Amino acid sequence: MNRHLISAADLSRDDAVLILDTAAELASVAGRPIKKLPTLRGRTVVNLFYEDSTRTRTSFEAAAKRLSADVINFSAKGSSVAKGESLKDTALTLEAMGSDAIVIRHPASGAPRRLADWVSGRVINAGDGTHEHPTQALLDAFTMRQRLGGADQRGKGLDGIRVTIVGDVLHSRVARSNVLLLDTLGAEVTVVAPPTLMPYAVETWPCKAGYDLDAELRKTDVVMMLRVQQERMSAAFFPTVREYRRRYGLDTGRMALLPEHAIVMHPGPMNRGVEIAAEVADSPRSTIVAQVTNGVTVRMAVLYLMLGGAGEEIA
Amino acid sequence: MCAMRPEPGHEPGAGPEPGDNGPGNLDRLDHPIVGHPGASQQDWKAVLTPEEIRRALSRIAHEILERTHGGEGIVLLGIPTRGVYLARRLSARIGEFEGAPAPVGSLDVTMHRDDLRLRPARALQRTEVPAAGVDGKTVVLVDDVLFSGRTVRAALDALNDLGRPRSVQLAVLVDRGHRELPIRADYVGKNLPTAHREAVRVLLAEIDGEDSVLLGERAA
Repeated sequence: MNRHLISAADLSRDDAVLILDTAAELASVAGRPIKKLPTLRGRTVVNLFYEDSTRTRTSFEAAAKRLSADVINFSAKGSSVAKGESLKDTALTLEAMGSDAIVIRHPASGAPRRLADWVSGRVINAGDGTHEHPTQALLDAFTMRQRLGGADQRGKGLDGIRVTIVGDVLHSRVARSNVLLLDTLGAEVTVVAPPTLMPYAVETWPCKAGYDLDAELRKTDVVMMLRVQQERMSAAFFPTVREYRRRYGLDTGRMALLPEHAIVMHPGPMNRGVEIAAEVADSPRSTIVAQVTNGVTVRMAVLYLMLGGAGEEIA
Repeated sequence: MCAMRPEPGHEPGAGPEPGDNGPGNLDRLDHPIVGHPGASQQDWKAVLTPEEIRRALSRIAHEILERTHGGEGIVLLGIPTRGVYLARRLSARIGEFEGAPAPVGSLDVTMHRDDLRLRPARALQRTEVPAAGVDGKTVVLVDDVLFSGRTVRAALDALNDLGRPRSVQLAVLVDRGHRELPIRADYVGKNLPTAHREAVRVLLAEIDGEDSVLLGERAA
């Protein structure tokens, strides 16, 4: 494993499979009377969040606490950032307080990469602008392996699994990380989006691209619906929400096109009635709740593998 | 941590490396340890034969039954990697003697080790506890070699998180001495006096292709 986890492209296939295998073993911890392991006792994890987030921050917090690490939550609101402190100064301040790892979410793409140059601890990207969100991709891959694979998945990737990622690919860090990681793991990925929300150089991505959702749905094992990110849209990318829903939303009619075994994923938070219909989100095919559960397990695996072993002083 | 527990994915028996053996050592090429790239060029002496391992496990199975009054409420938990296979063999042996095999599982102690920070993070092994759990049971921990006692200490901590057994006992195939903690085994296959610089390796047919206990010099 690399020192930092900034991009899903940082992970080799072996790294990714090791994380998924570790997560599979850690999943049993959630079912125990004592949901805690002593492994990261004495380590400090800082959650440095410059953007609103519920599930990612609490997920990282739960993961760190289950491994007995100390957690410092830092959100830009109500902090010195509001007084104009720079990212660098904030990071150095937090590091001076003895943090071993910084989990960062930032609206600017590339902020975690910059941060990694300034601090001596580990940096984990929890979402930077429209760039990447690697732990989300890991938990999605874990969920796919769990739901579509056989009994013993140890050591296996996602070879031959067909994944269709639908919606606002342009603004989606989840899509970008997923495409990179799923390709590493051997899955065949297709992105489907309105032409206005398709990234410019999508042909350089390790995936196929298409505009016809119905055609893709018939031959996919996984359909991943992306959130329509109103907050990142500075222009009109589609005429109306109704038109978007009619062409790219997943309703019960479209869900019927999917093969029998296919699953429906969504990274959350959902816009019910926009990209996904409520009946679809609540159907047995939906893995949305499982994704949240798996998020804690996968982040435990990442924290353990990055912080659990020898630090720089020995390695 | 002692040198006798090979890492996962780094098992002996991976096959001889061409060019690893000098002339005159051709008879060693087939040997699962000597041909392994991680093993140094040295003589390994077999201290337990397959027959002796079989008899030792039968005796331990009898002793467990005797001490627990017919194996009432026991759970065998093997410590990965080789302890798990030994636990399964003991369970089967108990089944032969008493008609019903003892419940058996595995207990990974990695997350509870005290030497985690001395090495890079390692892969986790499986923890599988029989459906009835460990609460109120007599848990027999099973491992291949008892050395410093640190693995067993970690196992006791790991067990503590799984429930509250009525009692915990320890069965090992080889006790090689040099304890660093106040821990002793209840059932021992063979007491093997060793020097600190020596290494003990247990080979089991399930993963190594043959049963054997070997004694040699620890790789520097």
